[in-house]
Amino acid sequence: MILMDIYDTVSWWTLVIAVQVVIGSVYFLWQKKPKEIEDKLTKQKLMEWKPLPLVERTFEVEEPILIDDIGENVLNVGTTSFLCLDKVPSIVESSIKSLHKYGVGSCGPRGFYGTIDVHLELEERLAKFMQVEETCVYSYGFSTVASAISAYAKKGDIIFADEKVWFAIQKGIDAARSTVRYFKHNDMNDLERLLNEAAAKKELNPKRRAFLIAEAIYFNSGKMCPLRKLVELARRFKLRIMLDESLTIGVIGKHGRGLTEHLNVPRDEIDLIIGSLEHSFATVGGFCAGTHFIVEHQRLSGLGYCFSASQPPMLTQAAISALDIIEENPAIISELDENSKKLNKALANLKHYTFSGDELSPVKHIYLKNTELPDRLKHSHLRNITNYCLENGVAMAVAAYLRDTEVNCPEPSIRLASSRKLNDANIAQICTLLDEAYEKVGPK
Amino acid sequence: MAAAKVNGCVSLNERSSASENIKCDNSDKNIGNGKVHHGLNGYEKSKLKPTTNGFNKMAIEREKAPWMDWSQHDIFPGSFEKCSLMTAALTHIGLYILMFLGFVNQLLFKPKVATERNREGYAPLYNPFEQFYSRYVYRRVRHIFNRPICSTPGAEVTLKERYTDDYNWSFGFTGTERRCINLGSYNYLGFAAPRGACADAAEAAVRRYGLAHCSPRAELGSSRLHRDLERTTADFLGVESAVVFGMGFATNALGLPGLLGAGALVLSDENNHASLILGLRLAHVTVRVFRHNDVRHLERLARAAVAEARWKKIVIVVEGVYSMEGSIVPLAALVALKKQLGLQLYLDEAHSVGAMGPRGRGVTDHCGVDPRDVDVLMGTFTKSFGAAGGYIAGSAELVNCVRAQGHAHAYAHSMAPCVAAQVLTAMRAIASPAGVVRVRSLRDNTHYFRRRLRDMGVLTFGHEDSPVVPMLVYTFSKMAATVERLTARGVATVGVGFPATPLNKARIRFCLSAAHTREQLDECLAALEDIVDEVGLRYSRR
Repeated sequence: MILMDIYDTVSWWTLVIAVQVVIGSVYFLWQKKPKEIEDKLTKQKLMEWKPLPLVERTFEVEEPILIDDIGENVLNVGTTSFLCLDKVPSIVESSIKSLHKYGVGSCGPRGFYGTIDVHLELEERLAKFMQVEETCVYSYGFSTVASAISAYAKKGDIIFADEKVWFAIQKGIDAARSTVRYFKHNDMNDLERLLNEAAAKKELNPKRRAFLIAEAIYFNSGKMCPLRKLVELARRFKLRIMLDESLTIGVIGKHGRGLTEHLNVPRDEIDLIIGSLEHSFATVGGFCAGTHFIVEHQRLSGLGYCFSASQPPMLTQAAISALDIIEENPAIISELDENSKKLNKALANLKHYTFSGDELSPVKHIYLKNTELPDRLKHSHLRNITNYCLENGVAMAVAAYLRDTEVNCPEPSIRLASSRKLNDANIAQICTLLDEAYEKVGPK
Repeated sequence: MAAAKVNGCVSLNERSSASENIKCDNSDKNIGNGKVHHGLNGYEKSKLKPTTNGFNKMAIEREKAPWMDWSQHDIFPGSFEKCSLMTAALTHIGLYILMFLGFVNQLLFKPKVATERNREGYAPLYNPFEQFYSRYVYRRVRHIFNRPICSTPGAEVTLKERYTDDYNWSFGFTGTERRCINLGSYNYLGFAAPRGACADAAEAAVRRYGLAHCSPRAELGSSRLHRDLERTTADFLGVESAVVFGMGFATNALGLPGLLGAGALVLSDENNHASLILGLRLAHVTVRVFRHNDVRHLERLARAAVAEARWKKIVIVVEGVYSMEGSIVPLAALVALKKQLGLQLYLDEAHSVGAMGPRGRGVTDHCGVDPRDVDVLMGTFTKSFGAAGGYIAGSAELVNCVRAQGHAHAYAHSMAPCVAAQVLTAMRAIASPAGVVRVRSLRDNTHYFRRRLRDMGVLTFGHEDSPVVPMLVYTFSKMAATVERLTARGVATVGVGFPATPLNKARIRFCLSAAHTREQLDECLAALEDIVDEVGLRYSRR
């Protein structure tokens, strides 16, 4: 009987509306009202409140050398423009043409009319060059790595990273707030031990994402990572690899495709390749390369991609033109590699320094042989040495670090960047100058 | 000196005759019970009047510190008219329908999205709700985002039209282009121009220095151009010194950790930009969020924090103009609050430097606040100067601290010379009389556009002077419909939805520019008038 009544349409509608009203009112009443904060501030407490000033002490900043004050004939082995593409006329002309078409700034993030056709072109060209499905381009090298890591790794995940990864990777890991385990530099046994421990403690399980972050050639030491062994460990323990190839794209490999080409590792073994346009391509920016599945996610969750203005079109055009040169002329890469090898041989003969860097690495780190001095003193000695070298015709860079903030801060060093235009005379000049500088202004 | 026993006070300066000496041997007192009457040293508690020097410790411990009198300051951030209950209800119902259809779609049809290969047994890379949202809600309106352009993003822009065969899973180019009036790009003063003094300066810089310095500022990446730019920025803003960075987002993300450390408390506005939130996360500070532009809530939070007495410093982090709300921070009120309670202020002027104020110097100019009262002035060069990059400005010690402890000086590559040259020229142009004309025409455009929108009956948010005008459309579907129809009529605008805005408050955002002429604005308004009844946008009830 009651069922018959309910089937009556009017009653049915009343029931539906009543249910909605009940649900709606329950929802509104259950909403937690924000707790009113009780005011406890008395005049006494206000008088006792003595905040520190925003800047607690005065800082001394070493004034860096201005590039204008360095003469035209000075040999520059401090900036990381390995293929010397920063002043090539064809690149300069094409970027000026782009300037006269688009202006300088892109005036918007990628989502809001900041996607210019040159960005799409650069992404396609990079994808074809790296032989991957898709790439996405960022407007700053530092943000590329930091945003890429924090787009995938979140609070509950676990990251295994080399202890000498460079600062942007450390900041990406920091922003991700994941658990991080650092393994000893390039030590695969240590990594295996950490992975076994984690597996034993059930930290590695099919519900928890695990990442392995390494650099192809480490910016802080110049060593090359053993990629094959890393890939094997990653497959065994089900980790996803993110490889930072800032220093290797356009530098090693027969066509300049990076470490995967050089060691003949299939590119889809690496989940995400992070590259930089700031070294070999000599502009400002960075990119991430991988499968469509992985890279597409960054277009919505990469903070430096979504919430920042896109790369200025003239710098994008410069990257495209640089890519043209690299693709047409792969011989420049082997020139660079030759010079890197020669530099290694020459640096081994230095009297007062040790150095670190793989023979194919475009950056070499030169350390003082005398290791008992504290870091601060070493840094100032190296500064004096580089100033002496600058006065005598070679510009070098002392690697800058934030000693207090780095995880495992490396020893102070001079970071030498090899370039494809170095000839034997240049290399000899560098070595003699270094030794001479040590004798004249180095530690006694 | 004799102790004078006058009204209980011992006054050491008075000399009195020996006859008034009190007898200190208790002979004149009755000490029958062995107790010495305490009044002998001149102190008679019962007769003593309270507060001899005005200091009453007990009273101050109880007395509350005075609250701010907000009637003295302008705290109006803009109008935020609420919609009717019917609109809110219908919006929610629309969302539920969308989600329900999404579920059905997911059950019946396989998504055409790529799946991972060779990764069986791995933990899934993405969160299932994120994937659902991005595939079934965001995808439906994806065609209004990431639209490629192929000209300068000036007052007019050329869009490259796209088509999709498979309901927005993938796009292809039709090959046609459409010239539209640009109300979407951040070009407040019209410096996004392919020719002109700025472009010539950028060209000269490229020919002289090359495309990039390829080195961080601390090594070999500094040039005279950077130093001049920093000097000009500091003079432009009216502070002691400034430091520039290569990317606006990175200015916050790399500068804030250098400035703040653990032990500091940050009171941050709820609508702060992602770069500020990231910078605060990397700085490892405690953050408390206050309601958007609500000075009373901020005052309550600040008073509670000061009363806790465990923070080394308390910093308020706000933006000058909020780009999603179109509101302006009540800066004079905040400075008064900060001075009263001893707080510090960090102002992010990404959208307001160059665009606000009679001389274009930002919110400090607009609100009549001395720029030296704001502890840290931060801004970007992307919006009003037509370039890229950012700055942090303030006292010389502050800038030295940012350079020494911030992450950009040592690790991030320096600003490209062409960009620096563009900013330098643009900044000098704004400071010149021609620049003041630009600022004024932006202000006139803003007032005119907002007035006409109000007359039309659509709901806009924000302050009258802010060049960012959000128009509320509430539902995703209306947002997509409005943008499509406006584009068809030759007006390019931006639709913003979740997660940049709350889920039920999607909006269309108009970014005005000094380069827009009155005729162009009239054209846009006519186009809007055409569609406002079709889509149903007259939400305003004023």
